[in-house]
Amino acid sequence: MAKKTSLFKEFSKGLIIENPVLRLVLGTCPTLAVSTSMINSIGMGISATLVLLFSNIAVSALRKVIPQKIRIPAYVVIIASFVTIVQLIVKAFVPAIDEALGIFLPLIVVNCIILGRAEAFAGKNTVLASAADGLGMGIGFTAALFLMATFRELLGNGTVFSGAQGLLALFGENALGGFNGIDVFSFLPNSFEPMVIFILPAGGFFVFGILIAIANRLGNKTGQEREDFDGCANCPLAQNCSSVQEQEREEVKA
Amino acid sequence: MGEKARTAALKEQNKEPMHLPTVSASPHIRSRDTTTGIMLDVIVALIPSLIASAALFGARALAVTGIAVLSCLVFEYISRKVMKRGNTLSDLSAVVTGILLAFNLPSTIPFWMVIIGSFIAIVIVKQFFGGIGHNFVNPALMGRIILMTSFPTAMTTWTGSFIRAGADAVTSATPLASLSEIFVKGDFSDAAFTVLPSNINLFFGQTGGSLGETCSVAILLGMIYLIARRVISPIIPFTYIGSVAIIMLIAGGGSINFLTAEVLSGGLLLGAVFMATDYTTSPTNPKGKFIYAIGCGIITSIIRLYGNLPEGVSFAIILMNILTPLIDYATKPKPFGYVKKEKEAVK
Repeated sequence: MAKKTSLFKEFSKGLIIENPVLRLVLGTCPTLAVSTSMINSIGMGISATLVLLFSNIAVSALRKVIPQKIRIPAYVVIIASFVTIVQLIVKAFVPAIDEALGIFLPLIVVNCIILGRAEAFAGKNTVLASAADGLGMGIGFTAALFLMATFRELLGNGTVFSGAQGLLALFGENALGGFNGIDVFSFLPNSFEPMVIFILPAGGFFVFGILIAIANRLGNKTGQEREDFDGCANCPLAQNCSSVQEQEREEVKA
Repeated sequence: MGEKARTAALKEQNKEPMHLPTVSASPHIRSRDTTTGIMLDVIVALIPSLIASAALFGARALAVTGIAVLSCLVFEYISRKVMKRGNTLSDLSAVVTGILLAFNLPSTIPFWMVIIGSFIAIVIVKQFFGGIGHNFVNPALMGRIILMTSFPTAMTTWTGSFIRAGADAVTSATPLASLSEIFVKGDFSDAAFTVLPSNINLFFGQTGGSLGETCSVAILLGMIYLIARRVISPIIPFTYIGSVAIIMLIAGGGSINFLTAEVLSGGLLLGAVFMATDYTTSPTNPKGKFIYAIGCGIITSIIRLYGNLPEGVSFAIILMNILTPLIDYATKPKPFGYVKKEKEAVK
């Protein structure tokens, strides 16, 4: 196993340096589909974070029991159970969000962020580290979605937090004084109108691309050599790797 | 640099002792074309259309063009500065983009939309992809398409004080919308064409439309200048317009009225001469240019005849822009003396 790294590090890497949406470019489909409204993006983000957290814990706890050859079906079963739980909770407490997210809520099952973290991290690391990783990745996913949705909703629809009561229904009727979003463009002169293209998929790709560029910039600045890199010993391909063989040959020569 | 300065420089070089042969690194044959020079030629070619638009649509046409050019220059300067790259204002490409963008907008458009269009064209389409020579589609056209999708009403409100007998300001269906109706009804009799401006009006631009696209004669003047100066090759404009003309002739059942109206109205001429010929986004060799222009023509015609939108020039050019690298790959010229390898005989 690789060198132990602090839990906080596992948690914080999901925020920017390995942000699942903007740096690993995983889970693109729900990102583009859901990020048209800020409230939907928060709902989606929280649901995915919950699934990610619990599935990471479960996969990590069972990592020594699950046979290597059928691990993917096993992961999918674990993830699907958690998605069902989350979906039923969302349906029960915030039905408006369930309606808005539609098919994308059950589709969290096949969200590649969740399967990817199970395969790449939870299947190899301790329960605590996996929980930290899942939480960090989930919050990174939520943050990226929310950021995209902010631009898209503000520029494309001219509102902020529209339909907020759908999510605030969790805290009872008329929570926060019945706050249901702000129509920003109503404060501007009449000749200004929102740009519909940002709500359309094309605009989504624009925002997505620009945010990826910015995240790359930030990530490269703070990125550094991986500390836990311990040579090729852990690599399953090391036996057949030409560069490793060459290295060994040179060592023999020396 | 003028001819005199060049000869002076050559004389300066020749002052060296004659017995020493001058050895220099290749290339030995150089073209005197510079980006600035080419862009300047394009600007000169656009001047007739600019004058025509000012005459047809009034001072607001000049204001829209001025704002587009100015905001393009400002965005180009700021984005190069922020990205810590060299300043490229002097190559004048931002000026050309600004003028072309303005020519694709109606004269009544709110000024802030023009600025957004410039931002999309310069910052998103051009500088984000690496600046001049690296944009994958024509920046001005992309600016137009995004404005068109975002603000359909503002982008299709055509009014202008055309110099037209009897009416100062005319708001009417564009010729293309009427032509589309004629095609759907299948009535190509002379009576059906009375809803349209006459061919003479279309030729001189006395009709509704974007700033630079209505006055055909001004665009043709620009085309002649560009071809004479060898800035553009005649293949793209002629093939593009020709293929649209042939398709329209067939679609109109041989109706000449339909053909001339289709060719003279809308952005076809402007697109074929100034947009489709952009160096960065069109194929490099003649065969590729031919394929590219025919593709533009076919897509334009299909959108005009069967599409929801009345005009398809901008989408056609953008789609073919995206295909350009593939066309270039498929039409690689054969090196001189190259013999194609014979396929190995099957056993």
